[in-house]
Amino acid sequence: MTIEASPDLETRNAAPRLDNLDPSLFGQTPSQTVGPFFHYGLPWKGGADLVGPSDMGARPELFPADHYVLATSGVTGTPQGEVIEIAGLVTHGNGDPIVDAMIEIWQANAAGRYRSIDDPREDIAIDPHFTGFGRGSTDESGIYRFRTILPGRVPGPGNSLQAAHIAVSVFGRGLIKRLATRLYFEGAEGNDVDPVLTLVPQDRRDTLIARKREDGVWWFDIAVQGERETVFFGL
Amino acid sequence: MPSERIDDAIAERPPHQAGKNGASHGIDTPIADAGEDGVTDILPYALEDAGAPPSLFPDYKSTVLRSPRQPLITLPQTLTETTGPSDVWNQLMGSAKADLTAEHKAPPQGQRIVVSGRVLDEQGRPVPNTVMEIWQANAAGRYIHGKDNWDAPLDPNFTGAGRVITDAEGRYSYTTIRPGAYPWGNHKNAWRPAHIHLSLLGPAFATRLVTQLYFPDDPLIEIDPIANAVPMPYRNRMVCRFDIDSTVPNWALGYLFDIVLKGRDQTPFEEGDDHDH
Repeated sequence: MTIEASPDLETRNAAPRLDNLDPSLFGQTPSQTVGPFFHYGLPWKGGADLVGPSDMGARPELFPADHYVLATSGVTGTPQGEVIEIAGLVTHGNGDPIVDAMIEIWQANAAGRYRSIDDPREDIAIDPHFTGFGRGSTDESGIYRFRTILPGRVPGPGNSLQAAHIAVSVFGRGLIKRLATRLYFEGAEGNDVDPVLTLVPQDRRDTLIARKREDGVWWFDIAVQGERETVFFGL
Repeated sequence: MPSERIDDAIAERPPHQAGKNGASHGIDTPIADAGEDGVTDILPYALEDAGAPPSLFPDYKSTVLRSPRQPLITLPQTLTETTGPSDVWNQLMGSAKADLTAEHKAPPQGQRIVVSGRVLDEQGRPVPNTVMEIWQANAAGRYIHGKDNWDAPLDPNFTGAGRVITDAEGRYSYTTIRPGAYPWGNHKNAWRPAHIHLSLLGPAFATRLVTQLYFPDDPLIEIDPIANAVPMPYRNRMVCRFDIDSTVPNWALGYLFDIVLKGRDQTPFEEGDDHDH
């Protein structure tokens, strides 16, 4: 009796199983936390500065310099509009600062146009020096900072016009999912009729409104839980 | 080919699995025509589907103080939510770094692997030219991070960070080493299963996703509070597949992993519109 190798030895694959590629499971990939150790992988130098080259947003002191493989600031030129700084303290349920959070912002340019092919309004110019996206870490005291420009107003549902606002994402250890919120500006035109702000119960609306401090910084605290918990949106 | 399997899967999926499952979150209807300013028929992205984890999952103890107690407010999606920075990734994150084993003087320790797949929306359409950021621990389960004090060796030849850009068909591929498991402080004798962190912008603010890839046959997945926040069977969406066809002879083991982002039901534009993501 001769014993021969399997004829499919070089072509056979492992049997399919109930995993990422199983057709019966096809659907949205679930969210998971960024964890505490994202600083060498996500927030690049300048990520939190949408106006000019700087190191804002990164925490390079948290890992060896020869392991910095992230981008550096890609801002070129000066965007149009009023330069603003926004900052705030990120806290959790007992009021303690979240020192390992990551905040992202997304906003329109000064004229109210998004830097995206999905904003079809060609009559409003793109600003070639402004991406509208920023990313930054909270520091060791739980504070994040961005330098950006005051966004223009953008249409909302129906014939409405939204008040100036910035979309904000919060990530962190203990946050299984991104939390999405919005930053509005105290005293801005249209706040009282904004189609999103007016959806929010009156007594929680102020958690979405940044206030200008004496030093000129627009201050916007983010409480993921606790007293004066920030309003988060489902989307 | 895995892509064909998925394509078949989409065609065969019963309606209730068609990805758009907003049942637990209320209505999900398109926004009305915005008329004169040229913003017409903004179709919202789907809300999260049945596989989404909750924000509060007490077994993962950090969620107890870090999850909102107030209900989320569902907003009517506007241009703010349906646009995103996907087109300017290069200006933001910089060019691709698809080989995490080639960043330093010598190759890192560990089992070399190639992970490849596609980024799709939940209608099965490719998401082209989008950036996926990658970070992970080394082969011993140690992060190159000053606050990781796990008593396992650092590898001077491994940072564990990279990024890839999907091609016109949504395909990506990167080379790295298989990360190790590591202990963490959640509870006594808690160990994270080996995993790779992934971060995707997708086409819109609404599609932003941060997730983790797990490996098949890792018994730690079953007892890991973070993976367990995702209910079964959807947890297995995060488990990659070993694949001999993408295994490179005498070089690296191959794993497949597709990422599925939230999608829109249909495009508001005419057929032939090719800029829809």
